Amino acid sequence: MIEICNLFKQYEHQPLFKDLHLVVEKGSVVAIIGPSGSGKSTLLRCMNGLEAFQKGYISVDDQRFCGVLERGYNKGQEGITIKNIRRKVGMVFQQFNLFPHMSVLHNITVAPIFVLGVDQAEAESNAISLLRKVHLMEKAGKYPVQLSGGEQQRVAVARALAMKPEAMLFDEPTSSLDPEMIEEVLLVVKELVSEGMTTIIATHEMGFARDVSTRVLFLDKGEIVEQGKPQEMFSNPQNDRTKAFLSRFMK
Amino acid sequence: MRRFHEWLIFIIMEYKYFIIRCIVMLQMCFSGIFFSINHAFAYQDTLDKIKSSGVITWGFDAEGGAPYVFRDSANPSKHIGFEVELVAAIARELGVKVRYFQNAWDSILLSLQRGDFDIALNGIEITPDREQSVLFTRPYYAYAEQIVVRDSDNRIHRLEDLRGKKVGTLYNTEAKRLLEAMGGIAVNIYSGQVEPFKDLLLNRIDAVFVDLPIAAYYTMPNPQLHMVGDPVGDGYYGIALRKEDASLADELNKIIEKLLRSGELKKIYSRWGLWNVAQEKLFLHEGILKNYAESPPSSSEKAPIVLTKFLPTLLKGALVTIGISILSMMLAVVLGLILTFMRLYGNTWLRMVSTAYIEIYRGTPLLIQLYILYYGLPSIGITLSAFVVAILGLGMNYAAYEAEIYRAGIQAIPKGQTEAALSLGMSGRLTLKRIILPQALRITIPPMTNDFIALFKDSSLISVIAITELTKSYGILAAASMDYFKLGIITALLYFGMSYPLSLYARKLEKKLKSHDRNL
Repeated sequence: MIEICNLFKQYEHQPLFKDLHLVVEKGSVVAIIGPSGSGKSTLLRCMNGLEAFQKGYISVDDQRFCGVLERGYNKGQEGITIKNIRRKVGMVFQQFNLFPHMSVLHNITVAPIFVLGVDQAEAESNAISLLRKVHLMEKAGKYPVQLSGGEQQRVAVARALAMKPEAMLFDEPTSSLDPEMIEEVLLVVKELVSEGMTTIIATHEMGFARDVSTRVLFLDKGEIVEQGKPQEMFSNPQNDRTKAFLSRFMK
Repeated sequence: MRRFHEWLIFIIMEYKYFIIRCIVMLQMCFSGIFFSINHAFAYQDTLDKIKSSGVITWGFDAEGGAPYVFRDSANPSKHIGFEVELVAAIARELGVKVRYFQNAWDSILLSLQRGDFDIALNGIEITPDREQSVLFTRPYYAYAEQIVVRDSDNRIHRLEDLRGKKVGTLYNTEAKRLLEAMGGIAVNIYSGQVEPFKDLLLNRIDAVFVDLPIAAYYTMPNPQLHMVGDPVGDGYYGIALRKEDASLADELNKIIEKLLRSGELKKIYSRWGLWNVAQEKLFLHEGILKNYAESPPSSSEKAPIVLTKFLPTLLKGALVTIGISILSMMLAVVLGLILTFMRLYGNTWLRMVSTAYIEIYRGTPLLIQLYILYYGLPSIGITLSAFVVAILGLGMNYAAYEAEIYRAGIQAIPKGQTEAALSLGMSGRLTLKRIILPQALRITIPPMTNDFIALFKDSSLISVIAITELTKSYGILAAASMDYFKLGIITALLYFGMSYPLSLYARKLEKKLKSHDRNL
C-alpha cells in the first residue's frame, strides 16, 4: 500500500537517507526502532509530506509524489498529491498537537466538517463513537489543557481516525508521556491494530513493538540496518549494531 | 510636681519680655523679606531695564508670519515684515537695540506675562478680554477682515454669502469670532496662515476670512485668488505689555504718535501695500477707545471662566477624537493583517514591500507623515480631506505596529499546530483561518489594546491638520480664556477617563488569557 523508493534526503550538506527502500503492505503493522536521531520521525514525516526530500519517490496506492530535485517535479501537482495522501494516512505526533482553543469534540470534528464537508451532526455523532473507542466519552466538552497527557494523545488518535484513514502513522506516540500513562495509549493502538488498520509506528517501546507488529525495522543513521519478524529480530538479531542497540534496551 | 501646662505658664510669665522681643524681631524680618521681594519682582520698571541694558526684547511668531514678521526667503537668517520695520523704528527712538524672541503665537501673551520678553507686537488685536490680562499701547494699525475666494468661484460676494459654506480662518482671531457669531458657517480653524490659502486652492474650503494684511499679502501675487466684498468690521493692533508697565506704555504711545505724525508709519505700511484710508483713524486715538466702550465685540467672552461653558466644546472635541481613533484603528487592524500575510506568506516581492512599509512607517515621525499626506500629496495631484488624512495618517502608521504584533502572535503558535492541521488534510488557508489565527488573536489582543490606547493619545497630533478634536479644542479654548491650567487638567482628565477603562480591560484580558487557556 505504501512504497518508498530510492529516498534521498539531506539537511544542508548532511545526508540522512541515501537510498532508502520500504514497502508496507495493506494490513501490516511495521514498528520502526532505532536510536534518537536515526531518522525514524523524519521518515514518517516524509511519508505525508510534512518534510520535503531531494530525490526518490513515495507512493500511497495510486498517489505518488517525488523529491524536489527529481526531473518532472511540479510543486502544484505534488501539493495536490500530498493532500490526497494525507486524507488516506492519519498521523499522531509525539507532542499530541491538539488545538488548544477547541473543545475535545471540536478538535475531532473540525477536519471532517471543513475538509470532507461532512455536516456537523454527523461529524459529532461520529466523534462521539470515536471517543467511546478511545475510552474518553465523558471528556467531549473539555479543553485539551484540562486533560492528562495520555488522554490528550488518545484524543489525537480519535482526531486522526475521524478522517477515516486507510493507514496510520504514529510518531513516537508515548515518548512524552509519564510512565503511568503509556499503557492506556498503547492499548488504544493495539485495539486499532487488531481491527486490521495498516500501521507504521516509530517507538522506543520494545515490548510493544514485539507484541503488535508484523515486521520490525531497525533504523540507524538513516539506514535500514536490519528488518524482519519481531520474534526473530528481538531474540536473534544478526547485525552488530542491532545487537548493541537491543542489548541496551532489553535488560 | 508641676504639670506640663504649669511649666509652660511659668516659662511664659518669666520670659514674656524676651518672647515679645523675639516676636517683634521676627515681624521685622518678615516685612523686610516681603519688602525686598516686592522690590525685586514688582518694582523693577521695564522701561528702566530697557534703557539701562540698551536692549528691547520683542516677542513674535515668524512661522507663516507674512507680511507681519517672517523669514526672508532670499536670506533665511533675516527677519522681514512691516512689524520688523516698525519695531526697528521704535527701538531707534528709544535709543536701544532689538533682541528677537520667537514664540508660538498661541501662547505669546502667556510668555509676555511670564516675562520672556518686554513687548509682544505681532498683529495682536486689541480686545476687551485681552485687555483684562495685558496692557495695550495705542493702536499702531487699523485692520479689517477680508474675504478671499478662488477666482473661478462667483457664489460669494459678501459676508452673508458665507452661510452654508466652508470657511477657513485663523486660530483665536477676531475673524474667527465674527464667523462663529454669524452662525451657519462651517468654520475650519488653522494655526498657520499659509495653510488656509493652500486648502482654498485645493477646494478643501470655499473661502478664507482673515485680517486684511494677510489676505492682501497672499492674494495679490496669486491670480487664482481674489478678494471679494468690502473689508468687514474694524479693529486695531496694539503692542501688548505687562499690566504694570504703564511707564513703558506712555513712552511707546509717544513714539507711535511721533511716527504717525512724521509720516514714517505711512511710509512703512505703504511699502507693504498696507496703507489705506482706515489708517487715518489711528490719528483719533481717543475716539477709538470710546468706540470700544460702547460696543464690545462679544459680551459673552468677557464673562469669567465658567467651566460648564467650556465642557460642551471639549466633549465635542472628545467625540471627534473617539471617532477618528476607532476608524483609524480599524484601518490599522485590516492593513496590518494584510501586511502580515504579505510578509509571512507572500513571495519575495510582497515580502520586500511589506518589510519596507513597516520599517519606513516605524522609522519616521507620525507628524511628518501627516504633513506629507495633507500638504505634500496635493502637489502631485492628490487632494484628500482633513478627515480622510487623519484616518489614513493614523491608520497607516499604526498598521506597521499592528503588523509586527500579528507576526509575533502568529510565530508564537507552535509549528506542531500547523503540522497537525496539515496532516488532517487541511489546506494552508484553512489551517490559517481555523487553527493559527484564532490562537494568534488571543495572544495579540492585549498588545492591540495597548496600541489602541497609544493611538488614542497620538490622535492629538492630527490637530495640526485643521481638525478640531480634543487637543485642538483645548488649545482654542485655552488661548481664548488664557486659562491653560484648569482647562489643561480637564482635558487631560477627559483623555484619561477614556483611556483608563481600556487599559483596565487590557489588563483583565491578559490575566484571563494567562490563567485560562494554555501552557504556552
